[in-house]
Amino acid sequence: MSADMALWQEIVLAVFLVTAGIFGLVGSFGLIKLPDPMTRLHAPTKATTLGVGGVLIASMLYFFFAKGHLSFHELMITLFLFLTAPITAHFLAKANLHTDVNRDAVPPPAGDRPWAGFESDEARRIAEDKASKGA
Amino acid sequence: MIARILPHPLLTLTLVVVWQMLVNYVSLGTLVFGLILGIVIPLITAPYWPDRPRLKNPAMIVEFILVVLWDIVVANIVVAKTILFTRNTSMHPAWISIPLDLRTPEAITVLAGTITMTPGTVSSDVAADGRSLLVHCLDAPDPDAVRDEIKQRYERRLKEIFE
Repeated sequence: MSADMALWQEIVLAVFLVTAGIFGLVGSFGLIKLPDPMTRLHAPTKATTLGVGGVLIASMLYFFFAKGHLSFHELMITLFLFLTAPITAHFLAKANLHTDVNRDAVPPPAGDRPWAGFESDEARRIAEDKASKGA
Repeated sequence: MIARILPHPLLTLTLVVVWQMLVNYVSLGTLVFGLILGIVIPLITAPYWPDRPRLKNPAMIVEFILVVLWDIVVANIVVAKTILFTRNTSMHPAWISIPLDLRTPEAITVLAGTITMTPGTVSSDVAADGRSLLVHCLDAPDPDAVRDEIKQRYERRLKEIFE
């Protein structure tokens, strides 16, 4: 690292980087350790958020300490990550519901119609016809 | 007149701010180009918006973001602990069905995303009529408590923001 940073600044950066590394490692380890696809989905959506977040905070602080200006790119990465991670997880979960999960193991929804992934095209057409006639 | 040039003022503002952050510095040139993008993109994409969400309670948005950021940090630590220190055989993965009071599609989307980012829960499906969310918990000995906490902590705040 550059010489124009104080020792405490380097320590702060190091703490963020090491914490981030640990969380990234634990998230990846969870992928191996957890028993089935649904629980495995939890590891990368959670533990890795703080892993990436820690590196981004360290990067922002580095540019602030060493170059003396604020960098906004890291905030954008965080924003895009928060937008995309849940969508990816949702798709993976839905694909898994379709292929692997016993439908009786899943609790029923509160309303009359089933979970969107379990409804056949035929049933959907009938239900939507009924809804549009009622409206 | 204003409504015709700026059909979606919030989207315009977001685009301008995002553009500033992408170029990483503020000058007159980048501001003008950001404004051009902020005006042109909403005009081009206007036919594709199903609806425009109305935000009712700006103070609540700040509170919601802070609560969620805090919960994300806690979620990371909790899940890391579960991965490292709980044996697979003593874990209690569970499916829970959350009946929704929210009706706005945008609010339900935000709630589903929030659930995925926070403690040990992933939102997996929505009911065909949009009245319930299917959530998977990594380690939930008491699924009802998880459901009540989600409703109390996130859904109540989202309801104040969107509805």
